[in-house]
Parts: sequence; C-alpha cells; structure tokens
Amino acid sequence: MHCEVCQEHEATVHLTQIVDGHVRKINLCEACAAKSGLDMKGPLSITDILLGLGGAKPAEKPERERVCPRCHMRPSDFKKTGRLGCMDCYATFAAELAPMLQSMHHSSQHVGGIPAHEGARVQLTAEIAALQQALEKAVAAENFEEAARLRDRIAAGRRPPGAGPAQEPA
Amino acid sequence: MTLDDLLSQPGAWLAPGADTATVISSRVRLARNLRDSAFPGWAGEEECEKIWRRLQPILQGLPELAPAAVFGMADLEELERMILFERHLISGEQAHKGRGSGLVTAQDESISVMVNEEDHLRLQAMSPGLALQAIWQRMHALDHAIERQVPYAFSVKLGYLTACPTNVGTGLRASVMLHLPGLVLMNELNPVLKGLTKIGLAVRGLWGEGTEAAGNLFQISNQITLGDREENIIRHIEQIVLEVVEHERNARARLLERKDLVLRDHVGRAFGILTHAHLLSSKEALDLLSGLRLGIDLGIIKDLDRLTVDRLLLLTQPAHLQKREARSLKPKDRDRVRAQLVRTQLS
Ligand SMILES: [Zn+2]
Ligand SMILES: [Zn+2]
Repeated sequence: MHCEVCQEHEATVHLTQIVDGHVRKINLCEACAAKSGLDMKGPLSITDILLGLGGAKPAEKPERERVCPRCHMRPSDFKKTGRLGCMDCYATFAAELAPMLQSMHHSSQHVGGIPAHEGARVQLTAEIAALQQALEKAVAAENFEEAARLRDRIAAGRRPPGAGPAQEPA
Repeated sequence: MTLDDLLSQPGAWLAPGADTATVISSRVRLARNLRDSAFPGWAGEEECEKIWRRLQPILQGLPELAPAAVFGMADLEELERMILFERHLISGEQAHKGRGSGLVTAQDESISVMVNEEDHLRLQAMSPGLALQAIWQRMHALDHAIERQVPYAFSVKLGYLTACPTNVGTGLRASVMLHLPGLVLMNELNPVLKGLTKIGLAVRGLWGEGTEAAGNLFQISNQITLGDREENIIRHIEQIVLEVVEHERNARARLLERKDLVLRDHVGRAFGILTHAHLLSSKEALDLLSGLRLGIDLGIIKDLDRLTVDRLLLLTQPAHLQKREARSLKPKDRDRVRAQLVRTQLS
C-alpha cells in the first residue's frame, strides 16, 4: 500500500481519525507521518487517544540544543568525525541519519541476524505491531469494546520508555 | 605466542592448497559494539582500557579462537604494529592506536578480533581462495560465542549499531582479493570496475581503504550493510566474483591468443628484473611479482610456484623487511634489502 501523501513510499503508519462523525483511515509513510504530526491541527486520532499518546507530537527542539543524553555528542561533533558517540546517538540524531542511511544503504530497516538475547524483545515488538493493527481495525469497525481490550494488551506488552533505542523510530 | 612466532608462519591468506590463480583470498568482518559503553572513538582512553581489560580474557577463553595469541597495541613497537597490519590482522587505523586497543587472534591467523578499533569489536576471518561461505560460518559461530557473554548494541530497526553509519545493520563486510593482470594488460579493467561500482560494490587496493592498486591486486567488497540478510550479501559477492574471474580467464586466453609476444615479454622482463635487480621499491616489487605470478599461472615460467611469489608479496613489505633485518631501515636501504631477498628466494 502506498503513502497517500507522497504516493511514493510504502505506507507503514495507519492513522484512524473521526472527521465530521465519520471514521476515516489515513495511510502514510514514516516520513510523511512525521511531517504531518507536526502540523496536524485536525481532530485527534482515536488510536492515539486510546494509547494515551495525546495529540500531535511536540515540535522538535532547535538543532543547537540537541545533545545525546547519554554520551553528550552534539550534531556538530558527528558532522566533524562522521562517527557517532554511542548507540543512543542513533535515536538522538535520527532525523539527520534517516536520509543518510537511505542514500548509503537504500534501506531503513535491518532484516539480518539478531542477537539471541534480543530474540524475546524483537518478538515482542512484532507482536505489539500486530496488536496495534488489530486495534486500528477494531476502531475502524467501531468495535470499541474490542479496541479497549487490545489497548490493555498493548499497554501490558510495552516496556517502560527509555528501555533502548529499538523502541524509538530511528 | 610472540610476534616472532607469527613471522615464522606464512600468514592466513597464504596457506597452500586453495585455487588462488585469480582469487587470492577471502575475508569477512563483523562490526559489533557493547551496549553499555560509548563507541571507542568517543569513549576516551580510560574507558577503552576498561573495555580491553574486560574483553581480552573473554576472547582469549573462546574455543573459536583457541589457541589464541593476544597483542595489546600499547605493548608493541610501531614496527610490530605495522607487521600485524601487513598481515591484515589489524587495520591501518588500529596500527596507530595505543592504550586500550588490542588484538586477539587464533594463532594460525585465520580468525581474529580487533578490540577498540572504530568499533568495540571487529571480528574477522580470512582464507586463501574464494571461500566466503565457509568463513562466514566460522564468523557466525564466533559472533554467537561472544554474544553469549557480552550484550551487543542492537536495535530492531537498524540492527547492529556501529560507530559509523556505513556499517550499521549487519555490520558485515565481505571482501575478496583478486589478481587481475589479464584484464589490465588487455585494457579491459575499467568497464569491469565501473560495473562493480554501479551495483554497489567497492573496489580498493591491496591494503584496504585509501590504498592505491599496485601489483594488479584489487579488493572487492560490499558497501551496503542495512536491509539485506547476511547470507544474501555473501552469496551476491561470491556470484559477482565468479563473473569477474570468468572475465579475467577470458582476458588471459585472449592475451595468449592475440598478444602472445607482448605477454612473454612482460613476464620475461618481470622475471629478469626480479632475479637481477639490486634496488627494488615496494611498488615496483609488487608490479613485477604480479607479472611473474601471471607467467607461472599461464605456464610461461615453469620452475617456480605461485606460493613462492605470494609469500614474497608479504615478505617484501616494509615492516616485514625491517623485522627480518632486526633494525629499522631507510627507504633506500629497504630497496636494497628487498632486492636481495627477492633474488635469493627466486634463484
Ligand atoms: Zn509519504
Ligand atoms: Zn550518544
């Protein structure tokens, strides 16, 4: 399925909204979703409300203030050396890295091997993604009872925030 | 095991028995980092020292590296670090490091781990001839053995997280060293290299990044590490290498057919100079040894074998020469000693 905004990239973000009393689904690629998240003034997504995520994402801080919270690398350090400071830099500098990785590797998603100790966590992430899709479907079908049940399962499976960069869109 | 013990053996990519006429050697390396430390270039010397002290005994105890030899960069003289570099055991970058950086290698040099180079761990395996699949299996086993004791920096989205974004994902670089004198002499190399670059492969000289191609030796490796499975990356390179080998074979056949005299002259001059020169620069030696190697492979030179030539490719390198002489030599003296070594080895 293609992104409804750019018609180019694969749609991976599926938003459900109520507009004038009608349930509406929007399918976006990650880049367009990030863009629209900033200036989405319209009604909030039910999915987001159910998940307790609130409305639009807060606007990004200006670049000069952004420092890796863990290793204190700044974007200017990275630009100088071309090397990152620590694994959390990948989340901190995700915005700069995304186009860079795309042009280097023509991809933004790892599909190779995973460490054995990560197996359970990777599995969990995939399960949550599936539950989220089910949740969106339930919302679209106005099956709010089912949606609430799915919401609780997702909440139970989620790790506390900051558990690792794998949880962040990098 | 000391560095002198290493020097008494031929080097992992120079073992006899494999078909090395065009593919001299295969190499696979994996970039890995620890979850709980900043990357080596940013962590600072003290933290690197801690990491080296933690990793060294773990690596030394692994059956996959046994029997192992350990070299801390701070314990080695510059010349000794250059020896490890010329043997492809460490990178040029690591050769300039000191405290907190080291190498743990299987004593036969076929599989090893650089600690605190650009990444916390750089696992690498080498073999003569085209053997990427086989060494990938060994590498994979070593990777799992380390991972059982050390939690790696990993993200579901970006895979293994590395200091440089060019390595993120699989962290895998598979490379193959090719000897392509046929394509060079037939003036057919450029379109082949262009084709390789176009499909996303990198072409470099004998000693990796930034080195000029000498001796008609070329290193081909993958550049893309994110978005493809390890097995696919390996299979793709092997496939492409087999195609290049075929091009080289055809070029050599046409060389014999159409440029027989030019070819014999090229090989004869190489042999003549190598067996009679009294001064040989490193680059000249590589170029002439390439001509001699081609002559042996095409049956023009009969009483020498390829392995003798390949050992000279390594032994005529500056650090190996100086270690052999047990003293540091000025470039002019090196050229004299190099010529002397080549003369005695080929006579
Ligand atoms: Zn889009
Ligand atoms: Zn960082």
